[in-house]
Amino acid sequence: MTPRTLYDKLWDAHVVHQEPDGTALIYIDRHLVHEVTSPQAFEGLRMHGRKLWRADSILATPDHNVPTTDRQAGIADPISRNQVETLGANCQDFGLTEFGMHDPRQGIVHVIGPEQGFTQPGVTLVCGDSHTSTHGAFGALAFGIGTSEVEHVMATQCLWQKKSRTMLVQVEGELPLGVTAKDIVLAVIGRIGTAGGTGYAMEFGGSTIRGLSMEGRMTLCNMAIEAGARAGLVAVDDTTIDYLRDKPQAPKGAMWDRAVTWWRTLVSDPGAHFDTVVELTAAEIRPQVTWGTSPEMVVPVDGRVPDPAEAPDAVRQADWERALQYMGLTAHTPIQEIAVDKVFIGSCTNSRIEDLRDAAAVVQWGLQQGRRVADNVKQALVVPGSGLVKSQAEREGLDRIFIEAGFEWREPGCSMCLAMNADRLEPGERCASTSNRNFEGRQGQGGRTHLVSPAMAAAAAVYGHFVDIREALK
Amino acid sequence: MTPFTRLQGLVVPLDRANVDTDAIIPKQFLKSIQRTGFGPNAFDAWRYLDHGEPGMDHGKRPLNPDFVLNQPRYQGASVLLARENFGCGSSREHAPWALEDYGFRAIIAPSFADIFYNNCFKNGLLPIVLPDTVVDRLFRETFAREGYRLDIDLAAQTVTTPGDQVFDFDVDAQRKHRLLHGLDDIGLTLQLTDRILAYEARRRQEVPWLFA
Repeated sequence: MTPRTLYDKLWDAHVVHQEPDGTALIYIDRHLVHEVTSPQAFEGLRMHGRKLWRADSILATPDHNVPTTDRQAGIADPISRNQVETLGANCQDFGLTEFGMHDPRQGIVHVIGPEQGFTQPGVTLVCGDSHTSTHGAFGALAFGIGTSEVEHVMATQCLWQKKSRTMLVQVEGELPLGVTAKDIVLAVIGRIGTAGGTGYAMEFGGSTIRGLSMEGRMTLCNMAIEAGARAGLVAVDDTTIDYLRDKPQAPKGAMWDRAVTWWRTLVSDPGAHFDTVVELTAAEIRPQVTWGTSPEMVVPVDGRVPDPAEAPDAVRQADWERALQYMGLTAHTPIQEIAVDKVFIGSCTNSRIEDLRDAAAVVQWGLQQGRRVADNVKQALVVPGSGLVKSQAEREGLDRIFIEAGFEWREPGCSMCLAMNADRLEPGERCASTSNRNFEGRQGQGGRTHLVSPAMAAAAAVYGHFVDIREALK
Repeated sequence: MTPFTRLQGLVVPLDRANVDTDAIIPKQFLKSIQRTGFGPNAFDAWRYLDHGEPGMDHGKRPLNPDFVLNQPRYQGASVLLARENFGCGSSREHAPWALEDYGFRAIIAPSFADIFYNNCFKNGLLPIVLPDTVVDRLFRETFAREGYRLDIDLAAQTVTTPGDQVFDFDVDAQRKHRLLHGLDDIGLTLQLTDRILAYEARRRQEVPWLFA
């Protein structure tokens, strides 16, 4: 038999029907729903008198609009409140499982899916959210869709898709101290650009990836979309299986054994053909900091803000100039001389327990040096990805480390990644952020975002500017 | 969905790469539970000088005269000419909703982000990929000539310039058919209900733990 990639296997297993032009109807096993991209889909079902195909395939939670401060007071913004309440009402009407705002399991869709074992190897999983690529870390075919497709999946349990091309991002060797999955994926985006993965399913492989935890793999796949790839993938191995054992929705007993036997086949066969291969050496990856308004505008922490005169073409030169102006930066400025006003540790990219441990370790080390959040930093937020992450962190005492150093310890949600709730940057404010997008206005109109790893964000908070975490950890 | 057959539309040039969906429709407008009314907030942060919030009277807000959509010669444009990787970032379908509500029916770019590209077809909006060199040329011609219009024919898959230059474009047969006739995807898919049920029955045997 022809060797197949992991993507080929997932695709082949889900084709319900194929059209002559190659478009296929594929079956969807799992559907995550949040309050922002679903109301019009539910409304569409009602308008056409259509039934929901399979309620048990859906898990819903509000995450984008929820406050991260005390929730007993409810949501102050009436429009946000209405959207969250609409999700609750829709879930009730259609008989869906929802972890509401006061449920201890509530959190960011891409954090709660995996921690509930709702996300599993071999499934197709969709959500009206581009960061659905996250779940590919489990050897699942997972991608973001628009609201029309949310409605389509609700009504038919299927989607029309064209098969993607395949890209292998191969990373070999041991990561240097202080370099994380976030730095790997930012380095990949810096190499291939934000459109480099367009039309591809992007599998991450190689010894470095095998050595990453599930949290790290989720960070990688989460940002595959920032490289343009709708789906990220990592092959199943012991790390995947160990993570899923005993998760609430994971199969139990004999079913578990049967599932594991199948899951272990979810790897790319030796010799499988990839349309494109990108190779990186882990030892060469340095902590990354974005300087502009697109994730591809990224340099290592020991680098400088680039000069638009050195841009590869005229369109990019104009983009770089515009980005520098928006970011309030001058070409050739050393990255470590850039001071920050705010720090945000959270988002579906970096709000899991390992991320909080990484950040807390740096903060703890800072405390030992007598450093707290620097005077020029107006606010440093830690927003856990879910209620369960939050309570785990509290059991480990991470909250006390953050609070002692002057960070704010918040309730779970998307928060300042996109500032749909009250957490945001004011115009001109500069933020070291563990989120995924540094677009203009993403964290608040006029706000300036620098994407970094949790450890780098924590270090920026206690120094007040970017520092090379490798030096600090020595 | 409004069918798309043929369009002779005024072109507006948005000369920047990697225009993301956050720029097309900022987050504060995503709190709406409606599907319509996003047009006044398309490109909100670039289009207005003040900070926009839902519920404002957008007709009274100060316009940014430097933003291309606000220039008098481009009023009434229905074709958006853009650069590479248009529509990247968030999957928000509010982006095509906003563009369509503004009055656009077609977008021409050297490349589009996948999710955005797909979302356009669900909303009667035709995304057209043309080679870099052709897009460059269209930018030059649009800048050079006021009232520059393109003739877009979906059935023939052609874009024709005022100078009668014809450029062919690709589009999947299935997407083209649905857009030409304004067909409802879900209605069509439900015609395959038997196949979906058969697949589902098989899947239930293979992976029973994925079913309640």
